[in-house]
Amino acid sequence: MTGKPIISIKGLEKLYILGEVEVRALRGVSVDIEEGSYVAIMGPSGSGKSTMLNVLGCLDRPTAGQYFLGDENVATMGDDELSDIRGRRLGFIFQSYNLIHQLTVVENIYVPLFYQGKDLKDYERHCERLANLVGLGERLDHRPKQLSGGQQQRVAIARSLVNDPLMILADEPTGNLDSKTGTEVLNLMDKLNEAGKTIVLVTHGPEVAERAHRVLHMKDGVIDREVINRKFEPRKQANSDWLSAIEESLGLKTP
Amino acid sequence: MIAYRAIRIVQLGIKSLLLHKMRSALTMLGIIFGVCSVIAMLAIGEGASYEAQETIKKLGSNNIIIRSIKPPEDTSSGSSGGRRSYVSEHGITYKDAGRIQGTIPGVGSVLPMRIIRENVIFDQNNIPVQVIGTHPNYPEMTGAAIMRGRFLSSTDEGRQANVCVITVSLAERLFPYQDPIEEEVRLGADYYQVVGLLQEQGTEKQRAQSGNMEGQPLDSNIYIPLSTARSRFGEVVINRSAGSFNAEKVELHQLTVQFHNPESVEAAVPQIESLFQRFHKRKDYEFIVPLQLLRQAEQTKRIFNIVLGSIAAISLIVGGIGIMNIMLATVTERTREIGVRRALGAKKKDIITQFLVETVVLSFGGGLIGVMAGVIIPLLVSHFTDMKAIITWWSVILAFSISGLIGVVFGIYPASSAANLDPIDALRHE
Ligand SMILES: Nc1ncnc2c1ncn2[C@@H]1O[C@H](COP(=O)(O)OP(=O)(O)O)[C@@H](O)[C@H]1O
Ligand SMILES: [Mg+2]
Repeated sequence: MTGKPIISIKGLEKLYILGEVEVRALRGVSVDIEEGSYVAIMGPSGSGKSTMLNVLGCLDRPTAGQYFLGDENVATMGDDELSDIRGRRLGFIFQSYNLIHQLTVVENIYVPLFYQGKDLKDYERHCERLANLVGLGERLDHRPKQLSGGQQQRVAIARSLVNDPLMILADEPTGNLDSKTGTEVLNLMDKLNEAGKTIVLVTHGPEVAERAHRVLHMKDGVIDREVINRKFEPRKQANSDWLSAIEESLGLKTP
Repeated sequence: MIAYRAIRIVQLGIKSLLLHKMRSALTMLGIIFGVCSVIAMLAIGEGASYEAQETIKKLGSNNIIIRSIKPPEDTSSGSSGGRRSYVSEHGITYKDAGRIQGTIPGVGSVLPMRIIRENVIFDQNNIPVQVIGTHPNYPEMTGAAIMRGRFLSSTDEGRQANVCVITVSLAERLFPYQDPIEEEVRLGADYYQVVGLLQEQGTEKQRAQSGNMEGQPLDSNIYIPLSTARSRFGEVVINRSAGSFNAEKVELHQLTVQFHNPESVEAAVPQIESLFQRFHKRKDYEFIVPLQLLRQAEQTKRIFNIVLGSIAAISLIVGGIGIMNIMLATVTERTREIGVRRALGAKKKDIITQFLVETVVLSFGGGLIGVMAGVIIPLLVSHFTDMKAIITWWSVILAFSISGLIGVVFGIYPASSAANLDPIDALRHE
C-alpha cells in the first residue's frame, strides 16, 4: 500500500477560452505522486502552477487527460462529487490563509467536517488537539482578526488536517509571511510530512522548494524538468496515528 | 442529527448576521414595518367593522324599520312661508300598519311607535322627554329590559289607560328620593301612573358616549299605550320652535316589522316598497333594512381588508427587495468565504442553504418583531382612543408566514448566485 502513487496524472490539459482567445494553461502534464512524498512546484508566473494545483485540488476539471486520486477517477466527476472528495480527501493551505472571520479558531478548524455532516460536539476534542498541535491551544475561542498572519496560517494548517486528508495542497503558503514566521510554518509542514502526510506545494522560493523531495519545474503549461532533492523513502507501513507522532516529535503532551 | 445540523446552520446564519448588526437591523426594519402594519391595520379595520355590525345587529336582522319623514316639498315651503302656520300631513298611517300585517307574507309582529316631544313633571322636576306611544310587544321586539314593575299591557291599550313606563335613567332624575312605581307623573294635561322601569338595549359605556341630543339624554323616554297617545295628544303634533308654530299630522313615526326569518325579510322588501308606493303620493317614509346594512357593512369590510392588505403587501414586498439587495451585496462581499467553503467541501446546495437561512432569519426575525409591534399597537390604540381594535389570529399567522415566504422568495436569487460562483474565481476574489 505504501509508496504507490496517490496521484496519477496522464496527459492533463486545461484550456481557458476567453472570447476569441484560447489560453492553454496546461498542455499535457503527466506525473505520479507517491503517498507520503513532499513535492514542490516551481516556475515563472503564468506557467500554469496554480492551474495545476487547482486541478490536483479537484477545484477545477481538466479539459482533457486522466486524473486518479487514490483509486478515484476525478476527471469525470460532477460538481457535488468534487465537493465531496475535497471535503473528505484533501486539505488546502492558501497564501492568504482564508479563514472565515465570523468563526472562532476551533470552529474554523471544524468547517470541513461540517460539510461531511459531522457534529462539532463529537469532534471538538479533535479540533482542539489540532489547534494545540499548531501552537494555538490557548486561543481556541479567538477570531481570525485577533491573530497574527503566522497564527492564522497555522490555524489553516490545522484546518487542512482535520479530515485526515490523503494530500495537503498549498499555494505559496508563506507568500504573505515574513521569513521568520514563514520558516516556522514550513517547519510545521516538514513535521506533517515526516509523520506521513503527502504535501504538494507551489512556491517561488528555492529555499522553500529545497525542503521537498522533488521539485517540478513548470514552463508554458508543461513540466519542463524535475529535480530530486533527496530520495523519498516510502514507509514500510502506513502511519495510522500520525497525529500522535507529530505531537511526539514536537514534544507536546497528548492532551 | 438533522435537527442538530439545522440548529448549527441557523446559528451560523445568526453569527454572520451579527457581524454587521446595524446593517441587519436596518434590513429587518422593512419587514418589521410591513408585518406590523398588516396586523395593526387589519385589527383596527376589524374593530371598526365589528362596531358597525353590532350597531346594525341591535336593530334586529329579522326586522324592517319604516320611519316617517317629512317629504322634501314640505320642507322647502315651510322655510319660505315666513310666519304662516300650516299643518304638514305626512308619514306612516295606521292603515299602512294594517296592510303590512294583512298582506305581506312572513310577518311575525308589527310594532308601531308614535313619538311626541313633551315635558314630564313630577313634584318640582320638569324634564323634556320623548313620549313614545307603542304596543305591549315593545320590549321583546327591541330587546329592552324591564328592570322593575311591568311593561304596558294589552288591557292598558284597550282601556286607553293613563299608565306609563319610564326609562331607568329618567327615573333617577325624576325621582331622586322616592320609589317611582305607582307615582303619578304629569304629561301635558294628564296624569299617568308609573307601572314599570325599563332599560333600553345597549351598554352603559355607549350610553355615556352618546351624550345629549338637543339637551335631553337619548333614553329619557316615557312609554304609554298607543291608544292613550292618540286620544290624549290627538293626531296633530305641535312643535314650538323659535317663535313659529310648526304643526304636523303624523299618525305613526316608526313601524318595526319583524319577520320569522332573514329570508322573508329579503322577499318582503320589494313588496313593502310597492305597497307604500301605491298608497303614498309623496315619499314621506324611509326604510331601514338592517340585514341589507349588515351585508353592505360586510362588503365594505371586505373591500377595506383588500385595500389594507394590498398596502401592507406592498410594504412587505419593499421589505423583501431591501433584503434581497443587502443579500446580493453580502454575497459579493463574502465571495472569498464562499470560495473557501466550496474548497473545504461545501456543495452548491450547502451554500444555497447557508444564504437562504440568513435571509429567512432576517425576515423571520423581522416578522417576529413586527408581530409583537403589530399586536401592541392596536392594543394601545384601543386603550387610549374610542376606536376598537380586534386582532385576528389569521392576520398574525398570515403576516408572519408571508414574512417567512418573503425571506425565501427574495433569498433564492442571492443564494443561488452565491452557489453558482466558480470556486476558483471565488477564491481569487479580492
Ligand atoms: N480563469 C482563467 N481564465 C483564463 N485564463 C486563465 C485563468 N486562470 C489562469 N489563466 C491563464 O492560464 C495561464 C496559467 O495561469 P496560472 O496557472 O495562474 O499560472 P501561475 O500560477 O503559474 O502563475 C496564464 O496564462 C493565465 O493567464
Ligand atoms: Mg499562481
